[in-house]
Amino acid sequence: MKAETHFAFFDEGSKKEIRRAIMKAVAIPGYQVPFASREMPIARGWGTGGLQITLSIIGKSDVLKVIDQGADESVNAVSIKKLVHETTGVELTDRTEDADIIQSRHRIPEIALTKEQIIVLQVPTPEPLRGVEAREYITKRMHSEYDYSGAWLILFEQIMKYGKTATAADHPVYVNHRYVMAPSPIPRFDNPKIHQSDALILLGAGREKKIYAVPPYTNVESLAFDDYPFTVESFEGMHCHLCSGADVFLDELIDHTTGETIYQCNDTSYCMERMNENVNEKEKAEVEGSYA
Amino acid sequence: MGYVPVKGGTEAIEASIKRLKYERLKGQEIIAINTIRSTMRGMVDQVMSESSLYSPYLAALSIKQAEGSMEEAVFLMRAHRSTLPRNYYSQTVEAETMLVERRISASFKDIPGGQLLGPTYDYTHRLLDFNLIEENPTENQQWLQNYKQELQHIEPFKELKYFPKVVEHLREEGLFEVYEADNTPPIDITKQNLDFPTSRSARLQVLTRGQTGAVTSLGYASLRGYGQVHPTVGEVRVGSVPIYVEHPNEVEHGAEDEFYIGEIKVTEVESFVPVKVKNENNEDELEFEIGYGICYGQNETKAIAMSILDQCLEHTNSDFPTHDEEFVLLHIDSVESTGFISHLKLPHYVTFQSKLDSIRQVKKGVQKNES
Repeated sequence: MKAETHFAFFDEGSKKEIRRAIMKAVAIPGYQVPFASREMPIARGWGTGGLQITLSIIGKSDVLKVIDQGADESVNAVSIKKLVHETTGVELTDRTEDADIIQSRHRIPEIALTKEQIIVLQVPTPEPLRGVEAREYITKRMHSEYDYSGAWLILFEQIMKYGKTATAADHPVYVNHRYVMAPSPIPRFDNPKIHQSDALILLGAGREKKIYAVPPYTNVESLAFDDYPFTVESFEGMHCHLCSGADVFLDELIDHTTGETIYQCNDTSYCMERMNENVNEKEKAEVEGSYA
Repeated sequence: MGYVPVKGGTEAIEASIKRLKYERLKGQEIIAINTIRSTMRGMVDQVMSESSLYSPYLAALSIKQAEGSMEEAVFLMRAHRSTLPRNYYSQTVEAETMLVERRISASFKDIPGGQLLGPTYDYTHRLLDFNLIEENPTENQQWLQNYKQELQHIEPFKELKYFPKVVEHLREEGLFEVYEADNTPPIDITKQNLDFPTSRSARLQVLTRGQTGAVTSLGYASLRGYGQVHPTVGEVRVGSVPIYVEHPNEVEHGAEDEFYIGEIKVTEVESFVPVKVKNENNEDELEFEIGYGICYGQNETKAIAMSILDQCLEHTNSDFPTHDEEFVLLHIDSVESTGFISHLKLPHYVTFQSKLDSIRQVKKGVQKNES
């Protein structure tokens, strides 16, 4: 009794149901659409929301890229890619510009996405108001009543305590002047990329059973006060030790030989592209080798 | 550089999966699916219950593949469940039609139909049986033969009898309210997200597929003091119930047109809980309510704990967390809780970097203020 898996794992009925939730999400930007999240062959909290979106929208001719915290080769990204590939046979890529669908955990790639592309973000906690109110029944009502005092209060309390807003990743945003949305734990650095994005942004929370979206060319503002403006992570004066890229999100590493702090592009495929730009084929191989 | 170097993820995963296989194979013993099915009843039952997929065969396979890890086995079954199209809903099962193997009441000594202990660990002494180390098939066969012979001396009833529910007896006495049957079609929580406040059908579904340990713990917490429900077990019954589906195309439906598709073994519990109610003269009066618990296979602790939680969630006007449906229902699922806890093993470099930046900025700001 051996069973073959259906194209893209799900039965067609499930895919259709998820696509309906996606359509609704696109129609109401920033609104969390509840859906009957399936159990996946990867663990809850490991990207099952994103994976369900990817599997329900992917077609045979699509090219897929999966990144985890910026890296194509991160173990979980590899595992997700492998699963999609095994059940669909679609082509995989590391190059951002070659991908039709990009599933990502906690990063939006450095190079601008196009209107031909869809980025699928994995979401652990879709509810931006969860920190102020634990009960779903109440937060749902707060959204419908446009009651976002709690979200503002979080920022206000930080200013009171620390003299400035102290959010890390997942800084809440206003979508289309209506819903306050958790952009998933992308760094603040990536928040501006959601605003007027050319690409469709889909967000999936498998465990919390919610799908939401930011359609292309939608206004997205990070929550901030006039006198305490929104700021992104600062990498002032720092650059990537490999490709010398600046104005990108950098990982902080420790040089094992010197013990000094060095920086490296978080977006690995961006870094690789830059390094390959000005070298010939022979050197290219060397660079890739030295990257490991 | 941790386990997310820029390259090497693919190779690392492959090596890890190989290593995992090695761990399962290195002892050079193979356990047959049938061996698991016939010797690990408790585990098979628990896996089916927590994964809400009734298939002893697949449960045994999942246990084999998961090397006996409960959370892994349940996980495998749930993922498999996602690939199965769901074509039918069964007809309502009347638990009175159960072919009872075991049935006890803690409320009454002498219940109509009698108490039937059946197979239970309850009265075994939990002493390791070292004889099992050297168990041999011939002796086992001999034991089975003797057992069957013993049974031959017992005269069976002439006809099949169904056990009435203990609660019926009390309803006749007016101690329990007689409710009209609620025939609203139940919602399917695997096809619809939970909507709060939930319906009872949704609550019971979440509770019955809850992780045994989690359901037991919360039920215990409620019983011990963090809740307001202290039940008496009215009835615990274990046995098989028949499952029927309706003809999908017939316009007119009748019980005789239904298809019998098999039977499932379940544990069913009805707990009696005294509650205060107002009578016609607005005076406090005591009445009993029922807490209901049911789960696949024989798992009495879970079913009893479920009956406590069911009753807790019927009364949400309490400050105890065990009476808060979001607290209980959103945290007892095995796949969800183990998944999110284990996700902490994933790299959080970006989010941590962002946090670092935030803390550094705050520290800078504070120093500036002081100077």
